[in-house]
Amino acid sequence: MENNDKLIIGGHEFNSRFILGSGKYSLKLIKAAVENAGAELITLAVRRANTKDQENILDHIPKGVTLLPNTSGARNAEEAVRIARLARELGCGDFVKIEIMRDTKYLLPDNAETIKATEILANEGFVVMPYMYPDLNTARDLVNAGAASVMPLASPIGSNKGLATRDFIQILIDEIDLPIIVDAGIGRPSQACEAMEMGAAAVMSNTALASAGDLPMMADAFRKAVEAGRQAYLSGLGRVLVRGAAPSDTLTGFLRD
Amino acid sequence: MENNFIFDSEGLSEEALRRKHKLENDPSCRTDHMEYMEGQDRIKSDIMEKVMKQFESYEPSAYTAKDVARALQQQTIGVEEFKALLSPAAEPFLEQMAERARIETRKHFGNTVYLFTPLYIANYCENYCVYCGFNCYNHIRRMKLNMEQIEHEMKVIADSGMEEILILTGESKSMSDVKYIGEACKLARKYFRMVGVEIYPVNVEDYRYLHECGVDYVTVFQETYDNVKYEQLHLAGHKRVWPYRFEAQERALMGGMRGVAGSALLGLSDFRKDALASALHMYYLQRKYPHAEISLSCPRLRPIVNNDKIDPMDVGERQLCQVLCAYRLFLPFAGITVSSRETKSFRDGIVKIAATKISAGVSTGIGDHESKYTGKESDAEGDEQFEIADNRSFSTMYKDMSDEGLQPVLNDYLYV
Repeated sequence: MENNDKLIIGGHEFNSRFILGSGKYSLKLIKAAVENAGAELITLAVRRANTKDQENILDHIPKGVTLLPNTSGARNAEEAVRIARLARELGCGDFVKIEIMRDTKYLLPDNAETIKATEILANEGFVVMPYMYPDLNTARDLVNAGAASVMPLASPIGSNKGLATRDFIQILIDEIDLPIIVDAGIGRPSQACEAMEMGAAAVMSNTALASAGDLPMMADAFRKAVEAGRQAYLSGLGRVLVRGAAPSDTLTGFLRD
Repeated sequence: MENNFIFDSEGLSEEALRRKHKLENDPSCRTDHMEYMEGQDRIKSDIMEKVMKQFESYEPSAYTAKDVARALQQQTIGVEEFKALLSPAAEPFLEQMAERARIETRKHFGNTVYLFTPLYIANYCENYCVYCGFNCYNHIRRMKLNMEQIEHEMKVIADSGMEEILILTGESKSMSDVKYIGEACKLARKYFRMVGVEIYPVNVEDYRYLHECGVDYVTVFQETYDNVKYEQLHLAGHKRVWPYRFEAQERALMGGMRGVAGSALLGLSDFRKDALASALHMYYLQRKYPHAEISLSCPRLRPIVNNDKIDPMDVGERQLCQVLCAYRLFLPFAGITVSSRETKSFRDGIVKIAATKISAGVSTGIGDHESKYTGKESDAEGDEQFEIADNRSFSTMYKDMSDEGLQPVLNDYLYV
């Protein structure tokens, strides 16, 4: 069956809705992870790629996969902008995932600085994908600043705790016209599936794969989960009963006018 | 049994010996170690008070197996739980702690391990710290590399593949002033992606200058948080000022550094109390400066030139492992460095549990990288600060870590 359900980010089309992180596992496993996950977008930390090492991560990423360099290590907008420009100079393309953290404990993103960096980089022609704490006002500001997508966190990065911010992500999905890509904290394929069922445009994960017993197999599981969730979303989920049973006849059916 | 730190090195003049013995035997001739010396910054901070309050009230033996079991049931390891995990009662729980530590390490750092190497550029020292090979009363070959020699050393190290360097000096302000260190760091920026320093504590403005020279990480070892013991071990020199040393990391952050590291030298005093204070020191720093990258080390005492009797005493490998697991559970996001003071087998094991960074291709001597790396003889070398226990080269370490299933990372940093 032809896939007409494309993920479109900044005018670029993708068939896959799973974005793969690359920072926490052996470079040797990247190829298998990409292939099994069916990923077409892979993030990489510019600070990690900036190496003379014989094992540069860039050499391990299969051809045809779009690089999504991130600005991890940036503590404010200015630093993020510098890292993004460096990524472009290193030949990593025009995509950039903005990560600005001024907290080394939880690595929570700084929304205000993220808006500033988004505006500067969007004006420079980058396809800007900002990582953010799910807040509707910030998301609207990011749209106005020229973001190509919005990437709210599900729970603290690396925590594998799943959709702790579920209700707030749902608000973004409902109110924001850009692709909402759930990033950080997704620990299991079932959680990725749930995010997709909610209407997220894509899911990104790193630690869940890196900490799995068999990384390529887990990559495969995530691919299937994301596809299943997407399909469920497109098919229109049936009603979910929160409490008790619903009568088949309406309670107010007796009313005459 | 006490460690036998004090010894008379050969080659000292009668006058020097007389001064040395007086310092050792007559406390009244020593300066007040709690008083700042002239020119030393005094910053406004409550971190010392917070750490020392916990340090002083902590009684490791008061904790029971029940406390440890309860701590391990908590999702978040707070200060009280951390104290239980550092106590002797936690020793039987070591495997359980290691399992949980491994999960935390993998969650936060994946299966990566960072590699770095230290470069000692001078071993002159103005202090008399009785356990240290560089102490001013130890008659050793002293040396200070000039810029040409430093660059040569850096080239040799960079050619091996290393991308992160830690520049060290002995603690002599006159022989290795801040300008000299700064110039060395500027050179280091040419050859390495990441530059850190482990030098004597300096003022905020000096840290700011070093940051401008390309340094972003500062390591200072407090040696011991037990300031009474500190007074008995650091008999002379500017290093004697305990509070000024304590505040070094905070001054470094105020000077614009990205990250700081610290620890006690385990074995000088009660290592459990010192481990508590080391971690709390970094913990409170990060709470006050949330952007700061914090890192802990875990040095144990080692034999030195002219005194091979120094050893880590009651801090065995099991105890060290316990400390590191407790560090990891209390501060899951903190870097943990294990130096070549430890053996190959210990380092190979601990990187799978808690450590995130290890050194390779290490020399603690001066100007001897070429002879150590290539076998080419050199007649101008300064003696080592201490004996190392793991002398693996960079390439061996890289291979060993890969074979252990870990991804060696040479650089994860941008100077911005």
